[in-house]
Amino acid sequence: MGNGYVVPAIVVVTLVTVGIGFYGLRLARTTSDFLVASRAISPTWNAAAIGGEYLSAASFLGVAGLILKYGVDVLWYPVGFAAGYLALLLFVAAPLRRSGAFTLPDFCEVRLGSRWLRKLATVFVIFIGWLYLVPQLQGAGLTLATVAGSPYPVGALLVAVVVTANVALGGMRAITFVQAFQYWLKLTALAVPAIFLALQWQADARPAVTPPDGPAFRTAVTVVVEHRATLAFPDGDVREVRPGDRLDFAAGDPVPEVSGTATDAADWLLPDTAGDDDRGLFATYSLILATFLGTMGLPHVLVRFYTNPDGAAARRTTLVVLALVGVFYLLPTIYGVLGRIYTPQLLVTGQTDAVVVLLPTAALGTGTVARLLAALVAAGAFAAFLSTSSGLLTSVAGVISTDVLGRGSVRGFRLATVIAGGVPAVLALNVSGLDVSQVVGLAFAVAASSFCPLLVLGIWWRGLTDLGAAAGVLVGGGAAVGAVLVTVLGPPLSGWPATLTTQPAAWTVPLAFTVMVAVSVATRRRLPADVGVTMLRLHAPETLRL
Amino acid sequence: MAGGEEQDAPERPTAAAPVPVPRAPAPPRRTRIVLAEAARPGSRADRTRSELAQQTRVGETLVQGLVRAQLTLALRLSLLVLIGLGGLPWLFAIAPSVGRVTVLGINLPWLLLGVVAFPFLILVGWAYVRLAERNEQDFTDLVQRPER
Repeated sequence: MGNGYVVPAIVVVTLVTVGIGFYGLRLARTTSDFLVASRAISPTWNAAAIGGEYLSAASFLGVAGLILKYGVDVLWYPVGFAAGYLALLLFVAAPLRRSGAFTLPDFCEVRLGSRWLRKLATVFVIFIGWLYLVPQLQGAGLTLATVAGSPYPVGALLVAVVVTANVALGGMRAITFVQAFQYWLKLTALAVPAIFLALQWQADARPAVTPPDGPAFRTAVTVVVEHRATLAFPDGDVREVRPGDRLDFAAGDPVPEVSGTATDAADWLLPDTAGDDDRGLFATYSLILATFLGTMGLPHVLVRFYTNPDGAAARRTTLVVLALVGVFYLLPTIYGVLGRIYTPQLLVTGQTDAVVVLLPTAALGTGTVARLLAALVAAGAFAAFLSTSSGLLTSVAGVISTDVLGRGSVRGFRLATVIAGGVPAVLALNVSGLDVSQVVGLAFAVAASSFCPLLVLGIWWRGLTDLGAAAGVLVGGGAAVGAVLVTVLGPPLSGWPATLTTQPAAWTVPLAFTVMVAVSVATRRRLPADVGVTMLRLHAPETLRL
Repeated sequence: MAGGEEQDAPERPTAAAPVPVPRAPAPPRRTRIVLAEAARPGSRADRTRSELAQQTRVGETLVQGLVRAQLTLALRLSLLVLIGLGGLPWLFAIAPSVGRVTVLGINLPWLLLGVVAFPFLILVGWAYVRLAERNEQDFTDLVQRPER
């Protein structure tokens, strides 16, 4: 890859992250500073921090890669990732802040007064947190391998160590500054190259994204296959390729059709239609449900709400986050679409996640500007790994330190951070076959089937009981976890079983809600006695000072 | 203090005061000193407040009214999103010709999902924040001036 600017850019991002962390450490004097940033952070800073934390490897790299591969149907990923904040705003933001809960287990205890339900929630927080952390570390390993040619474990370990040290030493106040900085870095890192890419596309006389003869190579390339695939060449030749195979293409050669991707122009350009096969439609709705409802159940998202001074501020912060995230998600589509023109070889290698980092040099040549832009994109990608991992680690470590280790000291938090960071690092080194966006999507599905019903019913329905909540989380969340395990570890499936396990939300979310309501109604006698007081606390504006 | 319609006791501890986090595992966490103080005979506003805090039937009804208003608002706006966005896959599926319509050279589904969806979501969120704050203001007014 020979781009001398990439490694320095990544080093600078890492050093700035650590530097701001230590600056924050100097400011953090009390336990309250350390854990909840003393609740003195303005909504704009807080919103940028939430956005910075939320935009992960899946958003920065994965969405563009999916669009390159599958086309219009996966635009639901960015829409859903943004719409999740609307659901959070509508149903959760202000009451959750007023509940005074710092984590999801806290909320269980505040609302239902049950300590064993708290333990159950802890298990799910840790599972979702780790499920989300592993692909971040893997993305880091793969990106560093792509742009700098380093071995896979280097990137994964680098991110794991930097993030663990930073969270353990700086705590949340530092993290707020770091995250806010990283939101703006990520936005810049996608927006500036996107402008250059669009100008280049204009200068190239606007080549068609979906030419009538299918995508073609613009320049001569040698493709090294990384995933086993079946290629169908336009002359009717069908070839099985294995990892390591080298294929030579001349400029103007059509791109062979790869099994499992939407190489066919109409397939890529147009949405799924009804007819002989409704699995596509089911998967789309499942994805919508998981992303719309999953965001509110992600542990690292909720922790942030505690840093707002009151419920109204929590609402305003969420609205600003929605706007920031919405602006960001306009950009990956541009990369995915232009990738069809400038990097069609990624369709053959299967490494579509790399489109964002490879596109600048592929489209703009190897001049200094192109290499600087490539370095900027790589830095942004690294910011994405660092920030999301930091947020996840903070929340998982917070839960481990209060609920598993059972102490609230700064030292306990540091110990918990090392545990919370160590496990996914080991996992990331040992499993490398997982697909970044798919695993992140599964984490959303688990969150949507466990914590979303718990939060929504807990906030709006007086009739929720501890047994009902536990049953719903166990059945709905458990079903989603089962689907995740089958997808990740089980044998390859096809047809409906594959659709139902890779996109489980459309059946696990309604299941969780139904079970939660039914069991609560059946165990009505267990209603907490102080439910009225709790509802008052969740919904009455703070200005009343009740 | 006496007769002050909307005056607050300046040092009154608040029930919404944050619970310190992290907490020690077992100790009693909340003490509602506020009840004793709010129950003190005083203005009508104070009486409404103590009704809220003591969970009398009146207080309960007031809170339920607020919760219902906020929930109705949230459900209405989600219905809007459900129809506006959630209807799209279904529309594209049953009427494939919609997907072929192009605006400015871009196919309609790409334009709707890639661009228009985001301002739409932000607009709905903005409307919610305004309306939810209005609901809360109505509730505050009701509690502080019950005679109106």
